[in-house]
Amino acid sequence: MQYLPNIVFAIVLIAGIGFFVKNVKKLARNIKLGKEVDVSDNKSQRWKNMAMIALGQSKMVRRPIAGFLHVVVYIGFIIINIEVLEIIIDGIFGTHRVGLKILPTSAYGFLIGAFEVLAVLVFVSVILFWIRRNIIRLQRFWKSEMTSWPKNDGNNILYFEMVLMTLFLVMNATDVHFQDLNSGNVISQFIEPWFSGLSNSTLHFIGRGAWWVHIIGILVFLNYLYYSKHLHILLAFPNTYYGKLQPKGQLNNLEAVTKEVKMMMDPNVDPFAAPPAGTENDVPAKFGASDVQDLSWVNLLNAYTCTECGRCTSECPANQTGKKLSPRKIMMDTRDRLEEVGKNIDTNKGEFKDDGKQLLDDYITREELWACTSCNACVEACPVSIDPLSIILDMRRYLVMEQSAAPTELNNMMTNIENNGAPWPYNQMDRLNWKND
Amino acid sequence: MSELLKVPTMAEFMAQGKQPEVLFWVGCAGSFDDRAKKITKAFVKLLNKANIEFAVLGTEESCTGDPAKRAGNEFLFQMQAVTNIEVLNAYEVKKIVTACPHCFNTIKNEYPELGGNYEVMHHTQFLKTLLDDGRLTIEGGKFKGKRITFHDPCYLGRANNVYEAPRDLIQKLEAELVEMKNCRRNGLCCGAGGAQMFKDAEKGDKEVNVERTEQALEVKPEIIAAGCPFCNTMMTDGVKAKEKEDDVAVMDIAELIANAQDL
Repeated sequence: MQYLPNIVFAIVLIAGIGFFVKNVKKLARNIKLGKEVDVSDNKSQRWKNMAMIALGQSKMVRRPIAGFLHVVVYIGFIIINIEVLEIIIDGIFGTHRVGLKILPTSAYGFLIGAFEVLAVLVFVSVILFWIRRNIIRLQRFWKSEMTSWPKNDGNNILYFEMVLMTLFLVMNATDVHFQDLNSGNVISQFIEPWFSGLSNSTLHFIGRGAWWVHIIGILVFLNYLYYSKHLHILLAFPNTYYGKLQPKGQLNNLEAVTKEVKMMMDPNVDPFAAPPAGTENDVPAKFGASDVQDLSWVNLLNAYTCTECGRCTSECPANQTGKKLSPRKIMMDTRDRLEEVGKNIDTNKGEFKDDGKQLLDDYITREELWACTSCNACVEACPVSIDPLSIILDMRRYLVMEQSAAPTELNNMMTNIENNGAPWPYNQMDRLNWKND
Repeated sequence: MSELLKVPTMAEFMAQGKQPEVLFWVGCAGSFDDRAKKITKAFVKLLNKANIEFAVLGTEESCTGDPAKRAGNEFLFQMQAVTNIEVLNAYEVKKIVTACPHCFNTIKNEYPELGGNYEVMHHTQFLKTLLDDGRLTIEGGKFKGKRITFHDPCYLGRANNVYEAPRDLIQKLEAELVEMKNCRRNGLCCGAGGAQMFKDAEKGDKEVNVERTEQALEVKPEIIAAGCPFCNTMMTDGVKAKEKEDDVAVMDIAELIANAQDL
């Protein structure tokens, strides 16, 4: 019986991590539903971007208040999680504060003391985040796409962090043995009096309770990630690595179109020749994107990485002037549809069965797509290198090249270019007339 | 004035067996839009003044395909691109300057994958090098001490990280450069990019160009400087919508410099 807690702990730990791994596999499977793109170039620049943008938070701090608070939570969360290592060892082997057996008291005290200070800083930052969201009501957290789950999700994460930090401090404050050390209890010593008058066994009970809830809380939080915008704490790293390296104004080239255009322009090609065997695959089933499977896997990774912070949307000129387009919504819709497609595959034994829905129209409307000025403000604003513009462009390509469904005025513009080499109905032969005007 | 403009074509250079230093890519707006034509002429006056051997394609130039690509018509874009590249490569063009950030971006970034590799400069960058090399000199002239704010074109700024060349030129005019609350990488679009120029805006509370003009008027400029023919039109319309056209002028940087010299 004495090993029961250890066994329970091991089961909880394995179940928690196992479920997480299962979801990560699903995540990877869903991302791979996207089209292949070659992102194997410029490795050194990619590592640099990841180090600067994800690890170094260089784009977070462009908004100094949110940036600073985020850095505190980020550093705090990573460092405090060193403590999880001790918790896991203690849990499996039934030891108590195994760190004390390995490290000198002063060193252990320093570490735990630092964790306690960080815990308070994280707690305060999270409270400020909560105030910005719920009391100051920063505009970007109250846009039309931020209802129901997205809104609750943001707050849930903050509550989670508040509870986890509190549990950590309570755990230390009620640990009589730790308080007796008089080393490292820099914060918990002030919490300890709240529990004065309680018997040692009650204190022990509270302490163990906080310990258990803390570690279970962490495992629950780990598994919450998959269902949450908080997935960014993991995906920000690959996402910044695979982020766009070309100048922002450079939109990708469609190879399949290039082949066709070259063939059309080549006077030596026999226009009636059947394509040589084996080349059918060169031309894609469709141009552009109407559903998530038509997007690149980097687009899909982008969608899972989106933290719904809304910096993109708050910078978007169309959104600022009251149009329906919100780059954040584009990313959220892509993720929601991808999840739906993933579930469809799960229920149909690994195969996607047409559900009569698609990303276009059922999630993203044409009005949103046509409101984009391609100004790249959203791309510039994203702290984790997400590119909503490339999704918008791919969907416009579908509308124009597959459906011929551009707004009439754009069709006129394109006809003019085709006929006169200018978007207006002027003759190409008049191009130099300005010289003599 | 206009008879003084020297605007040779690539065909003329070719006939003489010569290569110009740079090809001036005029662009559709610069060729056909009445307002933008003034920018084209101002830039040509500066090129003439600095004795630059340049040429235009004239009737051999065609739309770069930028609005087609951004509207989603990759076929039309590539048809335009491949045709233009054939012309440019036939003339063995090495260096291109243009006063349109959309042409600049497309030729610089999107033509190489289709076989068009050139050194491409925006006219503000080119003018800056002329000044740095002493081939052109400018003095403040009539713009000395004037309050000028610069509207960053998305396709020059964010799209290609060119923020300083236009500002350096304004400062060379000894003008007072004032920045809007959204500038440089946070610049607000004029509303014309991504082929929006050619269609009505989607329903909203306001037009983008009006919002942007309000930002510009907040800093109380005498002149709103632009570096893009489309931005120029949008900001001019914005100023008219705010009934400020008597107090605030919208001018391209090339026009500012040419006017300062009384060219």
